[in-house]
Amino acid sequence: MTLYLALGIWIAAWGINATLARSRFAGQRFVLVLIPVLFGVAVLALWQGVVTEFAVPEVILPAPGRIGAAIVGNLPILWVDFVQTILKGGLSGYLIGATSAVVVAALVDRVPFLRRGLLPIGNFAAALPIVGIAPIMVMWFGFDWQSKAAVVVVMVFFPVLVNMVAGLSASDQMQRDLMATWGASYWQTLFKLRLPAAMPFLFNGLKIAATLALIGAIVAENFGSPTVGMGFRISTAVGQLALPLVWAEIAVAALAGSVFFGLVAAAERAVTFWHPSQRGR
Amino acid sequence: MKSAPVLGVLAVILLLWYAACVWLNAAWTYDQAQRSGATVTFSGLVTDVMVQERPVLPAPHQVAAEVWKGVAAYPVTSKKSLIYHGYVTLVSTFSGFVLGTFLGILMAVGIVQSRPLELGLMPWAVISQTVPVVAIAPMIVVLSNSLGFGDHLGVSNALVSKTIIAAYLSYFPVLVGMVKGLRSPDQMQLDQLKTYSASDVQRFWKLRLPSSVPYLFTSLKVGIAASLVGAIVGELPTGAIEGLGARMLIGSQFGSPIIVWAALVAAAVLAGILILMVRLLESLVVRRMGARA
Repeated sequence: MTLYLALGIWIAAWGINATLARSRFAGQRFVLVLIPVLFGVAVLALWQGVVTEFAVPEVILPAPGRIGAAIVGNLPILWVDFVQTILKGGLSGYLIGATSAVVVAALVDRVPFLRRGLLPIGNFAAALPIVGIAPIMVMWFGFDWQSKAAVVVVMVFFPVLVNMVAGLSASDQMQRDLMATWGASYWQTLFKLRLPAAMPFLFNGLKIAATLALIGAIVAENFGSPTVGMGFRISTAVGQLALPLVWAEIAVAALAGSVFFGLVAAAERAVTFWHPSQRGR
Repeated sequence: MKSAPVLGVLAVILLLWYAACVWLNAAWTYDQAQRSGATVTFSGLVTDVMVQERPVLPAPHQVAAEVWKGVAAYPVTSKKSLIYHGYVTLVSTFSGFVLGTFLGILMAVGIVQSRPLELGLMPWAVISQTVPVVAIAPMIVVLSNSLGFGDHLGVSNALVSKTIIAAYLSYFPVLVGMVKGLRSPDQMQLDQLKTYSASDVQRFWKLRLPSSVPYLFTSLKVGIAASLVGAIVGELPTGAIEGLGARMLIGSQFGSPIIVWAALVAAAVLAGILILMVRLLESLVVRRMGARA
């Protein structure tokens, strides 16, 4: 019975989406939000329906309702883990890593030797599985959040560096010549022309880094952590087969990741409003 | 000499590494000397920090020796061989990469062909990447163990879970690149095909797909690197005993940094080889398609 209900919701949502996408409202903002939301609700309904109908055991896949209950019931635990992993480990590492990458990028841009020497290495390092340094950082900085932040710093550094160096050379010769005719110093050119011109590239790197930061912070907890943290909680809860709690942590991680990414994207829109990719929305 | 600056920077890094080695490992040497009542001369310090059993930071030549030992000293089938562990990781990276690429292309085709699918699916594809996959990794491992997919397919369950994780990380770059690539033919070209009265299917095979190839290869390079990260991450929470990720875990549990560093170097070499392979494939395909390589 529930399965048919779920299938009904699925088909109805699909039908509404198909009509909306073809209708004349298709370009409007609320429709662009409504369609993916409906799609998500339909997936949840189908999930719930299948799990209830076929009585799937909770150790395999808990129903969304059970996960919701686990979220409400474990709010204090979820909050403590969130603070430990996302705010202390992830965010502080992200800020340090991104800031130092921007500074090094300015340095690389200033010194041609570094540009030819360091950039290929940076490009290669950006493709390396840097998560691997997690055990080393845990050995160096101990079990608490400092080691997680250190992993995040290194993971975030290279993508931001590579993008920022590309961004600093984005302003064209004509514009730089114009600054020169105005007698602008290196620093004036940097702050008034080249840094603003580099922003679209910087945000590209920051967006990539936002996802990496969370991965780094959670992975590092596999190599030793205090008895809080999302990675720690997930691995112990899997061991106890407390699957609703695991899925609750996953939901929080997903939410935190999306909000984090959304904040970076919002900052991008505010800073680079002049860029073609941001206009016409 | 184009590579001179790169070599210069590498030499500087190596020098800094040795200096850091002296600085970080000195505490242990002083500690030992104080216990035995000996005094430490500077030359004694420098020689001692290079040969410690469990250094804070192993010297480059110690890591090189460990890598060489892992590659050459044991038969390839031995559990101590780095080649064996590298091979295990390589297999799951590759299967995840193939699955992820396939899914990415499939979704891209769907998104380009169907407007409701684009509006409904694309935001979720973006959200799926903001979900840290490592949070789901232990879940995937438990699921594939309890459902026993691997038993049905005749492979190990660990391979299945690692494949899924690697595919999850690598499908997204392919999806984004392919959507861009399939949309890259401009209106003029589309109009021309219309004047030839080409069908939808013909338009897809003869125009959209060929023009997406350069985009595809750019994203394949990102995808294979992501896939390697996925395979290594997939080996961490599983209590896996084989693969480079497991090697790192073992090194960290036994407090032996040299093993971790050796596994790290092996992973870096593997990443280099994989990207090189994609490049080779690219030049092959591009030449086959008649472009001047």
